[in-house]
Amino acid sequence: MAEPKRNRRLGRQRALPDGLRAYRAVLASRARSQASYRASFRMDLVGTVLVGLIEFSEVWVLYSATDQIGGFTLAQILLVFGLADLAFSLADLVAGHCDNLPVYVRAGTLDVFFLRPQPVLAQLITSDLSLRRLARCLVGATSLTVGLVLNDIDWSVGTVGLLVVALVCGFVIFTAQFVTAAGLQFFLINGSEMTNAFVYGGRYAATQPANVWPRGLLVVFGAVFPVAFAAYLPVSTLLGMPGLAGLPTWLGWCAPIAALWAVVVAGLCWRWGLRHYRGAGG
Amino acid sequence: MRPRPSPARNPYWRFLVAGIRGQSAYPLATLAGLVANATFGLLKGGIMGAAVASSGGELAGYTAATMAAFVWLGQGMLGSVNLSGRSDLQTRIKSGDVAVDFLRPVSVQAAHILTDVGKGLFALLPRGLPSVVIGVLVSGMALPPDAAAYALGLASLVIGITVSHATMYALATSGFWLVETRGVSVLYMALSGFFTGLFTPIYLFPDWLLTLALLTPFPSMMQFPIDVLSGQVSGAAAWQHLGVQLVWLAVVLAVGHLTTRAGRRRLEVQGG
Repeated sequence: MAEPKRNRRLGRQRALPDGLRAYRAVLASRARSQASYRASFRMDLVGTVLVGLIEFSEVWVLYSATDQIGGFTLAQILLVFGLADLAFSLADLVAGHCDNLPVYVRAGTLDVFFLRPQPVLAQLITSDLSLRRLARCLVGATSLTVGLVLNDIDWSVGTVGLLVVALVCGFVIFTAQFVTAAGLQFFLINGSEMTNAFVYGGRYAATQPANVWPRGLLVVFGAVFPVAFAAYLPVSTLLGMPGLAGLPTWLGWCAPIAALWAVVVAGLCWRWGLRHYRGAGG
Repeated sequence: MRPRPSPARNPYWRFLVAGIRGQSAYPLATLAGLVANATFGLLKGGIMGAAVASSGGELAGYTAATMAAFVWLGQGMLGSVNLSGRSDLQTRIKSGDVAVDFLRPVSVQAAHILTDVGKGLFALLPRGLPSVVIGVLVSGMALPPDAAAYALGLASLVIGITVSHATMYALATSGFWLVETRGVSVLYMALSGFFTGLFTPIYLFPDWLLTLALLTPFPSMMQFPIDVLSGQVSGAAAWQHLGVQLVWLAVVLAVGHLTTRAGRRRLEVQGG
């Protein structure tokens, strides 16, 4: 009985290109290892959803205590929060563990990556798969759905297109921030918290109406690390709100340009960091 | 009876000093923390300032100036209290190194808490003060009104830092039973940030949630010291805050003591 089953599994593995099979095996082993301490894993899952719920509660508390902030009511900010949080959670699932790079560098684990015939970035990204991060996407997705129901949205091909563009670009922007941060980690090592300013600060910024920011923040999170394009600007366009003073309402459609810029910056930072790396002497 | 060592050689004093010195060895890490602190502070200040402005200049007893003080004092305390839910003890229990801690002729609980408090106190200089200075420069934040507020505020701050690390210690002892405590850490991280007043003052909560928050030690870690330091409460109310903080300190120390005793009997170190 076991034999045909095993053959089928082998067959399926054969169907994958040779290069991908190694990644698949690594990812599967990561998934299994996490579920082995059950009490902790269960608490980890509950905790992850709870973190998301609590991040949402902060928004809920703040917008319930006031009528509106930056022209956004609670119902409207649900869209911004949902879109930003979902895009960030997906990016975190794919690339969140790039944050561990300083640990890998210090422990010498990274040197092993250079010995294998695969790109270092691809190995780093597949080196971990946090199952709990899947649970994290629930909060953002729920908030976005409720926001779409509560708000009076003029549904058309354009609106759906805008939402899809925003979600995809938001995901790309946040993933690019993780990779940018990883590239800079080669220089920072002990100062790894510095990149938290734009990675996790960027997530926090993306859930806010950008028109309440001082000019300096607008430059940092609207242009350099363009997270304002992940949710706030597309939602402003969607709801026909004025958005940023002095800029057109259709700015939300420019998210792909912002995403492209983020990818270019990430690519440059990663290459620069990798060339700088000389091993930890392990 | 063993002869009593001189105070400077007192092991507990030296744990505190070791914590301070350990932290001062990484200036880049400290600078990095400050950059992250300041960025979050600017974002938080922007949204909270807009919230106060949209409510007509006053929100749950906060004005623009006292809200700015809430934001920047909170950012300043971030490096000193433990809101991450991770501690050395967890790693040492998991690896079995804690067995060595038990062999030493000092209290494991006191040694761990004092080292962490030392780190926390040191962080006030390179992370706490600059955050407050940035806050004063970029926003018209309210400062303590008189010398008494400074003195009470500092006392409240030190107790708050100690409550935080003593709570974390008690939590980490759950590792004697669970071994892998990452889930506990995540739970702690989620709840502590919310109930300690990291993003919004707990006074913005609806009544039932505020009551729930006040039934936990979390407000004693940040919200109360911030209240006292910013002059949001003064006189008898400030003393009341300090009293509540001391009660929580006693509670979490007692819990940590009991779990250490029970966990020590339970501890099983594998390998050799």
